[in-house]
Amino acid sequence: MSNIVLRVEDLGKKYLISHQQPNSTLREAIASTVQSVKHKFSNTNANSLSKEEFWALKSVSFEVKQGDVLGIVGRNGAGKSTLLKLLSRITEPTKGEIWLKGRVASLLEVGTGFHQELTGRENIFLNGSILGMSRAEIKSKFDEIVSFAEVEKFLDTPVKYYSSGMYVRLAFAVAAHLEPEILIVDEVLAVGDVQFQKKCLGKMGDVAREGRTILFVSHSMSTVESLCNRGVLLESGTVSLNSSSEEVVRAYLEKAYGTAKELPLSQRRDRSGSGRIRVSSFKLLNEQGEEEPALQSGKNYYFAIGYSNNTGEPLKNVVVCLDLMDERGVRVILLKSTFTNHSLTLNRDRGYILCSVENFPLVQGMYRVTLHLAHADREVLDHIEDAANVSVDGGDFFGTGNPGIPNLCKFLVKADWSTTSANSLSNTQSI
Amino acid sequence: MQTKTKELTIKAGRTEALYWQDLWRYRELFYFLAWRDILVRYKQTAIGITWALIRPFLAMLISTIVFGNLARLPSGGLPYPLLVFAAMLPWQFFANSLSEASLSLINNANLVSKIYFPRFIVPASSVIVSFVDFLISGMLLLALMIWYNFVPNWRIVTLPFFMTIAIAAAIGGGLWLAALNVRYRDFRHIVPFIVQFGFYISPVAYSSSIIPQQWRLLYSLNPMVGVIDGFRWATLGGKTQLYLPGFLLSTILVAVLLTSGIWYFRATERTFADVI
Repeated sequence: MSNIVLRVEDLGKKYLISHQQPNSTLREAIASTVQSVKHKFSNTNANSLSKEEFWALKSVSFEVKQGDVLGIVGRNGAGKSTLLKLLSRITEPTKGEIWLKGRVASLLEVGTGFHQELTGRENIFLNGSILGMSRAEIKSKFDEIVSFAEVEKFLDTPVKYYSSGMYVRLAFAVAAHLEPEILIVDEVLAVGDVQFQKKCLGKMGDVAREGRTILFVSHSMSTVESLCNRGVLLESGTVSLNSSSEEVVRAYLEKAYGTAKELPLSQRRDRSGSGRIRVSSFKLLNEQGEEEPALQSGKNYYFAIGYSNNTGEPLKNVVVCLDLMDERGVRVILLKSTFTNHSLTLNRDRGYILCSVENFPLVQGMYRVTLHLAHADREVLDHIEDAANVSVDGGDFFGTGNPGIPNLCKFLVKADWSTTSANSLSNTQSI
Repeated sequence: MQTKTKELTIKAGRTEALYWQDLWRYRELFYFLAWRDILVRYKQTAIGITWALIRPFLAMLISTIVFGNLARLPSGGLPYPLLVFAAMLPWQFFANSLSEASLSLINNANLVSKIYFPRFIVPASSVIVSFVDFLISGMLLLALMIWYNFVPNWRIVTLPFFMTIAIAAAIGGGLWLAALNVRYRDFRHIVPFIVQFGFYISPVAYSSSIIPQQWRLLYSLNPMVGVIDGFRWATLGGKTQLYLPGFLLSTILVAVLLTSGIWYFRATERTFADVI
């Protein structure tokens, strides 16, 4: 076929991860440093620094036609970012080859190359040229970029004084006006307000309609479904499905629910964070503290997050996030301990973090839990997506036996109803 | 039209032949990165670009007092400040380039790990920044010449030639150190030493004529010796002599430094994003 613009054949990328044995004393630390220096010079491959091969991608092959919008989905650590890095030539493949036709622009992060001290105007030129635009090209699109980003008034203000929304808008605006034949976009739209996200998606849709090709990575299945026509599902470095975006989304969600059941949390490897604290279990408890297999709308529950503390001492100032996603991957509940000013201190070795929720408001359905533990909002301790599935099975939310119409909504809210005469409304308000 | 038909194959373990072509395509980035660095350096400073004049001026003043007035080293009949400053110009250019270029890649780590462009541009543009500083402080040399009523002779037209050697030396050294710094951050600590010692083992604060004749060739193993002697020969005219064997040796070493620098940089470049 002549209209293929991107072909990936047997692509693989290997990383070497070195495991350094932790040195418990200063003496050992010095001794092992001396050892490793010695080995560096004598060039022997001693195992004081054991290196492990890790294939982030192995034999990945697929093709993309002109005008396709390809959604690349997969769990954390499936190789999505590595694939994008290879496609945008940031790093070289270990094996295989990529064949590209046309100018490629990649947007792996919003605002790469922006400099805090420079003004909006200066950053447009700097960022544009880093992304591969010529000065003439930037000049001709300058007004368009500025009006897209809605920053006219602040053009000559250093971007360090911008609000984060303005910053993101400006950064995306520059990238959106690149006009490449192939646009590679990582999950950059997760930032910014909803209205601007819509604008960005609209812009990407326009780009696609002009016959350009887009490769799009996202965790939001609804975005992938609405924006993409093709999909690739990556699973531990290989393509497990290459099909229409609907099918890929369906397969991804099935898998996501699957993995949460398969492995106990302590053995999961698809996690990030420093590991000083590890989540080891997730349980649903009722008011009496007994474990429940599923939830019912309207009841009171505890979410119990079991952890193991590897720091050897109690850890203060731990921030916990517990998110619930619906089957489309839309985050419907975000619970964060700092919202309610809770400062949590974890035990020396093992324990549970309890999160109590009253009047559980979600309608029946399957939900996926993402857990995120951070230390003082700076260091990520542990992060697991799809840590568990939570099934909500009806329940008597309203206390009347009426289940409501759960297919039509996501949340249940108890309301009071009454009638009043036309002129007494002001009285009701004053009560 | 041209971009429409552009095809590209990325294959494992093969450095693309397109590299130099890409470098040309991204040529404006040299300018933009240098422009950014200059702009940022003098933002929120009260006296701005004047710093580019003050630093070499003070360095010249101190060297003149220590080496000229206290140690009473010979100046070959020239005013000592002039002797020092003609050498201070290329030396500061080289030293600044080296320190800036060696840190350039790690300072731009976010660019390197997120966007493709020929990495060569990053250290090269920090050499450009130092070159701009060089041009600014060059005006001080002019001022000094006027002050001492000194008129350079025809040799001044050969100055661009010596400057080219200085640029080659700066880029060569900068490429080596920038690439090494990505993997071994040790070099972050080594570079200040190189710059500090380099000042004393290069004929900056003194004339290279005080080096005993039998050691001259060995002394010229320092590539900056040729450049600095050349600068003095071109700007100060008349009595300064160019020690030709030493100059040739220095120049050859600069050529070796540059080619090996480009080679090492190219060889390690594709792993930068993985290890930075």
